[in-house]
Amino acid sequence: MGETTATMKITYREALKQSIRDALHQDERAFLLGEDVGRYGGAFAVSKGLLKEFGPDRIMDVPLSESGFVGAGIGAAVGGMRPIVEVMTINFGLLAFDQIANNAATLLHMSGGQINVPVVIRMGCGIGRQLAAQHSHSWEPLFAHIPGLKVVSVGTHEDARSMLLAALKEPDPVILFEYTAMLNLEGETSTDFQPVDLTHAKIRRVGKDVSIITYGAGVYKSLQAAEALAQAGIGAEVVDLRVLRPLDDKTVMASVSKTHRALIVEEAWQSVSISSEVSARITEQCFYELDAPVRRLGGVEVPIPYPKHLEDGSIPQQEQIVSATKKLLQHD
Amino acid sequence: MMGNEVLTTDALQIDRELGQQLLYQMMMVRRFEEKSAELYTKEKIRGFLHLYIGEEAVAAGVMHYLKPEDNILCTYREHGQAIIRGIDLGAIMAELYGKQEGCSKGRGGSMHLFDTKTKFYGGNAIVAGHLPLAVGLALADKKMKRKQVTCCFFGEGAAAEGEFHEAMNLASLWQVPVLFVCENNLYAMGTALQYTHAVTDLKTKALGYGMPSASVDGMDLTAVLKAAKQAIKTVRESGKPFFLVCNTYRFRAHSMFDAELYREKAEVDEWKKRDPILQFTKYLRDHALLSDDELKKTENRIEKEIQTAVDFAEAGTWEPLDQLTRFVYSDPVKP
Repeated sequence: MGETTATMKITYREALKQSIRDALHQDERAFLLGEDVGRYGGAFAVSKGLLKEFGPDRIMDVPLSESGFVGAGIGAAVGGMRPIVEVMTINFGLLAFDQIANNAATLLHMSGGQINVPVVIRMGCGIGRQLAAQHSHSWEPLFAHIPGLKVVSVGTHEDARSMLLAALKEPDPVILFEYTAMLNLEGETSTDFQPVDLTHAKIRRVGKDVSIITYGAGVYKSLQAAEALAQAGIGAEVVDLRVLRPLDDKTVMASVSKTHRALIVEEAWQSVSISSEVSARITEQCFYELDAPVRRLGGVEVPIPYPKHLEDGSIPQQEQIVSATKKLLQHD
Repeated sequence: MMGNEVLTTDALQIDRELGQQLLYQMMMVRRFEEKSAELYTKEKIRGFLHLYIGEEAVAAGVMHYLKPEDNILCTYREHGQAIIRGIDLGAIMAELYGKQEGCSKGRGGSMHLFDTKTKFYGGNAIVAGHLPLAVGLALADKKMKRKQVTCCFFGEGAAAEGEFHEAMNLASLWQVPVLFVCENNLYAMGTALQYTHAVTDLKTKALGYGMPSASVDGMDLTAVLKAAKQAIKTVRESGKPFFLVCNTYRFRAHSMFDAELYREKAEVDEWKKRDPILQFTKYLRDHALLSDDELKKTENRIEKEIQTAVDFAEAGTWEPLDQLTRFVYSDPVKP
């Protein structure tokens, strides 16, 4: 960071698309299958144009059969392919939950290590487009609960550009969450982007006073909050978890041990969530480093309402991150 | 009893060697499971134990026409298929014991027998959950231009699941080589076919997917052989799916916990008259393909092999507790 590497402007959507293109070019076993990924161009236009470029064998439209095509993706992975399965949104992901939890996550174990499942399952998720209670889920914690899965969250343009490529190199199933509210967002990535790893959390901004630990749609919000806090003379470090299972405790604890204060931000319902887990681990692993109790800002415990002001009120916003951080520092 | 059984016109050629091999397979499955039930009562085997007894002709008949490179997926009632596929008998019994010498290192147990060497993909215990996997395996074969058949066994209970519909549709839509074998034993656990399916002539379900289908008397090995030969030939040559319904009957309880309140003993006794092993033994005798002496020899051989398997399982070892978290993620690839 701060180095003079060449950067380019790119939307989150375009970054995702380029990562799929690269994946299909790099590995002839890779193919994309999902609802409306081909002729429609992707429900969110992420795969627009790819059918023409790669043909219908590698960009496969599927019927509305989430359990069926996710299961087929798992089977194809066992059979030696590298399927990229797109579940249009996480909201429909539960229709495939049996396949993910009972097959993808268990085959290696049930077979005593004989069968690994190198499938990547992408799901659009998040809150903020006035799509109401059935289309606004932030269910990362449900999937992160399950041993056998690797669960990653694409919170930045850099990861949108590279995370899929890393996921496809994994021998085990990867659930990759993308954030539909960020698709049009323009950001900067390095032109000679580096492959990312799927093991580490990443410090997105260095600070000495407090650690804001977050993921997904919380990353840019937290970075903006950190910017505002800097004006008030507070140095907030922003930790992007990136990998929700298995969690990178080391990076989190190192940050908290440095700043001695932790605020955990996420859009998922706060109870029994990623922030619950991270908070517990901080308490277990570096309690004596803390100068204040861990604070959390999560989703309000309500099905997401349709009206904009109520929807906005359901998830942490930048101002709340700022005020919660100030409270944590008793800096009012 | 079933009506409208579909048989092919191909003459079935069973010589002495083949006939006795098939009989041996069915008898081995039967005897292995009787032994397993006995070992269950001795608490050597725990958890769920689902016996295939009565249904042996389905696995023996269908699998006879599979090649070593073909994929096989089964339900949690899969001891028969595992044995017939040639997974080491000791490794199967050790798996039932939960020993690390088992074919799934003891991690799976009775319901999760796996063996990639013989392309045996379980032992799947979520009803119909393996049907989409079968479609995916066949899709991979098609994409990689491998001429293989994926054979997927499931019960009529699975045919009521949504995943049955999704998998049948996908297989037909994508034209992938899956043989769907419905082992219709008339009961989804304890609920009879007429209480679970609006249309009880199960083979007609394939019509909605434009998929060829057949139904066959699954108690009669010769009938299963004929139907399976045709079905597998169709799948192999066309690269497209086929739906084969084998009408059969489970003589034993659903699992070791089942009190069988849902059916009359007289019904079970009636079906036992059609015991596939008795029927096929009679067939071989009628065609002078089996002598008393040969039958005795086969029985003795099976007893010995089962005893060897039990001894192997008994001598097996428990995986150390400090290895508990193995097989959750693949071992890191060494650079």
